[in-house]
Amino acid sequence: MLEIRDLHVAVEGRPILKGLSLRILPGEVHAIMGPNGSGKSTLAHVLAGREGYEVTSGSVTFGDEDLLALEPEERARAGLFLAMQYPVEIPGVANMYFLRQALNAVRKARGQDEIPAAEFMRRIREQARLLGIGEELLKRDLNTGFSGGEKKRNEILQMAMLEPRLAILDETDSGLDIDALKTVADGVNRLRSPERAFLVITHYQRLLDYIVPDIVHVMADGRIQRSGGPELARELEERGYEAVLGGRLAA
Amino acid sequence: MATALDTVKDYTEAEYKYGFVTPVEEERFPPGLDEEVVRRLSAKKGEPAWLTEWRLSALRRFFAMEMPTWQKVRFDPIDFQAISYYAAPRQKERPKSLDEIDPEIRRTYDKLGIPIREQEILAGVAVDYVFDSVSVATTFKRKLEELGVIFCSISEAVREHPELVRKYLGSVVPPGDNIFAALNSAVFSDGSFVYVPKGVRCPMELSTYFRINAAGTGQFERTLIIADEGSYVSYLEGCTAPMRDENQLHAAVVELVALDDAEIKYSTVQNWYPGDKEGRGGIYNFVTKRGLCRGKRSKISWTQVETGSAITWKYPSCILQGDDSVGEFYSVAVTNHRQQADTGTKMIHIGKRTRSRIVSKGISAGRSDNTYRGLVRILRSAEGARNYTQCDSMLIGEHCGAHTVPYIEIKNRTAKCEHEATTSKISEDQLFYCRQRGISEEDAVALIVNGFCREVMNELPMEFAVEAKKLLGISLEGSVG
Repeated sequence: MLEIRDLHVAVEGRPILKGLSLRILPGEVHAIMGPNGSGKSTLAHVLAGREGYEVTSGSVTFGDEDLLALEPEERARAGLFLAMQYPVEIPGVANMYFLRQALNAVRKARGQDEIPAAEFMRRIREQARLLGIGEELLKRDLNTGFSGGEKKRNEILQMAMLEPRLAILDETDSGLDIDALKTVADGVNRLRSPERAFLVITHYQRLLDYIVPDIVHVMADGRIQRSGGPELARELEERGYEAVLGGRLAA
Repeated sequence: MATALDTVKDYTEAEYKYGFVTPVEEERFPPGLDEEVVRRLSAKKGEPAWLTEWRLSALRRFFAMEMPTWQKVRFDPIDFQAISYYAAPRQKERPKSLDEIDPEIRRTYDKLGIPIREQEILAGVAVDYVFDSVSVATTFKRKLEELGVIFCSISEAVREHPELVRKYLGSVVPPGDNIFAALNSAVFSDGSFVYVPKGVRCPMELSTYFRINAAGTGQFERTLIIADEGSYVSYLEGCTAPMRDENQLHAAVVELVALDDAEIKYSTVQNWYPGDKEGRGGIYNFVTKRGLCRGKRSKISWTQVETGSAITWKYPSCILQGDDSVGEFYSVAVTNHRQQADTGTKMIHIGKRTRSRIVSKGISAGRSDNTYRGLVRILRSAEGARNYTQCDSMLIGEHCGAHTVPYIEIKNRTAKCEHEATTSKISEDQLFYCRQRGISEEDAVALIVNGFCREVMNELPMEFAVEAKKLLGISLEGSVG
C-alpha cells in the first residue's frame, strides 16, 4: 500500500530524513518510535504533502501512484489521512460543517454524490457517540477553544467519517490523560480492517498498549534503525532509546 | 494530477462572471454635463418644475465643489464631461406588464440568476430592476398595494406620490453633502422608492437589482425608503456590470427615514466589475448612503457585502435622532488584485440612550488596499448613548494592505464606547489542515474567509446569504498559491 524508498528530505537546506525506507501492507499497523528530533513528524508531514519540506531523493508510492507528485488534497482524496499533533483552529466554521465539506470533497473525487444530510447526521452522531463527543462540540467552531483531548478525539472522528486507506497518527497521544487515550485508541481499533493500514507515530510506548502494532520501527537520525514486533516497544520503554540503539544514536 | 492543475488554473484565471454586455437598442445623451443636460433629463422624465429646479441647484453646488482627498484611494481625475448622463433601453413606453419587457433584458437578468417571472412566483421577493438608468420592472406590485406599501421606481413616485418625494428627497442626504451626492442630485436617472405605512410589517423582502450595461455612461440611482410609525421593511440591493477597460462611475444616493418604532433593514451585495488583475477598468463606486432614525425607538440596520468595484468609497451611516433609537452596521469588504476600498460608517448619536453597533470585516488579497474608516460621534444631548465597534482585518498574501481609521468624538460623559480591532492572516497551518482533509486550496480560502465573516453573513436574509457566500469565494480566486 505504501512504499517509501531511500527517502531524503531537507528543511531549509538541513537534512532531516537521510535514507528512510518503509513498506506498509493493507491491514497492517506500524508504529514509529523515536527520540525528539529523529524526524518522525517530518515523515508524517512529507507524506501528507506539507509545504516547506524538500525531497532531495527517494520515492514514495501509495497504491500505484507517485505520492510525492500529488497535491495535499489529492493525497487526502486518494485515502491518506493525517491525524495532526496540533489540530488548527478555524474560527467561524462549525466543526460539523467543515467535516461535511471535507467528506463531500473526498466523495466527489471518488465519483460519488454528496452525502445526503440525514445520512451524514446519522453517521456523525453515531461516531461522535462512540468517541464520547457531545452534540455541542459538533456545532462549535472547528477546534476553537477545544481542550487538548477534545481536539484529538475530533481528529479521530474525522478519520472515522473520511474512512481513509492509510491513517497516519502523529503523536496523537501527546497531552492526553489515560481515559482520553483509551477512547482514542478504541476509536482507532474500531477502524482496523484488512483493507486499512495505520502508521502510528509516538514518543511513548503507552499508546501501543492500547493500539497493538504489527511492526514497531525505531527511528533516529532520519532513518529507521531497528524494526521488530510489539516487544521492541516494551524493550524501548524498559531500557531507553540509547541502550536499544547503542552507538547508532550518537550521530 | 492534470485535472487538479487544470482546476487550479481555472480558478486563478477565472474571470468576472457577470461581465457580458446585452445588445439592446438604447437611447442616450451625448457625453457632457451642463444645465441644459439636466433640463433635458428632467423634461425627458416629465418632472415637475420644483424637481427641475432642485436638480439645477444641486448642479450649481456640484460645480462649486472639490473632490475629497482624505480617502486612502488613488485614481486619475474623473472627467465628468466625458460621461453620458442618460442611457436607457429604447422602448416605446414603460412596459405595462412583465411580458412586455425587452427579451434581451429578460435574458440578462436570467443570466444573472434572477429570472423576473420566477423570482416573482417562487421567492416571494418583490424586485425592481434598474437597467442602466431606468427601472424596467417592478414585480409583486399588486400584493404590496393591498397593504398600502408603495414600491416603485423613483420616477414613478415623482409622478404618483409627489408629496412624499418632495417631503423626504434630500432630507437625509442634502444635495450639498458631498460632491458625489451633489452630482447624483443633479442627474439621478432612476432608482427605487419605498413607503411603508403606519403599523405595516412588509411581508416580503423588497429588492432592487442594478445593472450597468451601456459603455461610457455612469449610473446615478437614487433610493428613498420611508418607514412610517411602527412599520418594518427589509430591502435588498444587488449590483453587477459588464467588463470594460474603461472606468465607469457609479454615484448613488440612498436615503432612509425611520419614524417612531419603525425598523429598516438594508442589505447590499455589491459586485460591480472590479477591473482586471492589472487594475484596468472597473467601476468607481462613490456612494452616499445614510439613514435617519427620526422617531423614538426606531432602528436602521445596514448590512453590506462589498466584493466588486475598482474603487469603493462608501460609508452607510445612521443619524440617531430619536430617543432610544438603534443603528447597526455590518460589513464585509473584500479586495483582491488592484482593488481599493475605503469604507465604513458614521454613527451620529443625538437622542438619549441611542445605541449603535459596528461590525466590520475587511479581507485584502493580491495588491489591494482595504481601509475601514468609521466615525462615532456622540453629541452633548445623547445622554447614556452606547457604541460597540469591532473591526477585524484579514490579510491574504504579502502585498496587500489593511488599514483601520476609527474616529471617536464624545461630548457627553455618560456615553460608553467600546472599540476592538484585530488583524490576522490565513495561516499555512489552516490551509494545510483543510487540504489534508481533501478540500481544495481555493475552497479552503473561501471556507476560512466565510468563517471570518460569519457574524456579518448571519445578518443577511437567507437567499442573499447563499449568494454572498459564493461571491466571497469567487472574489478571492487566485489569491493564494
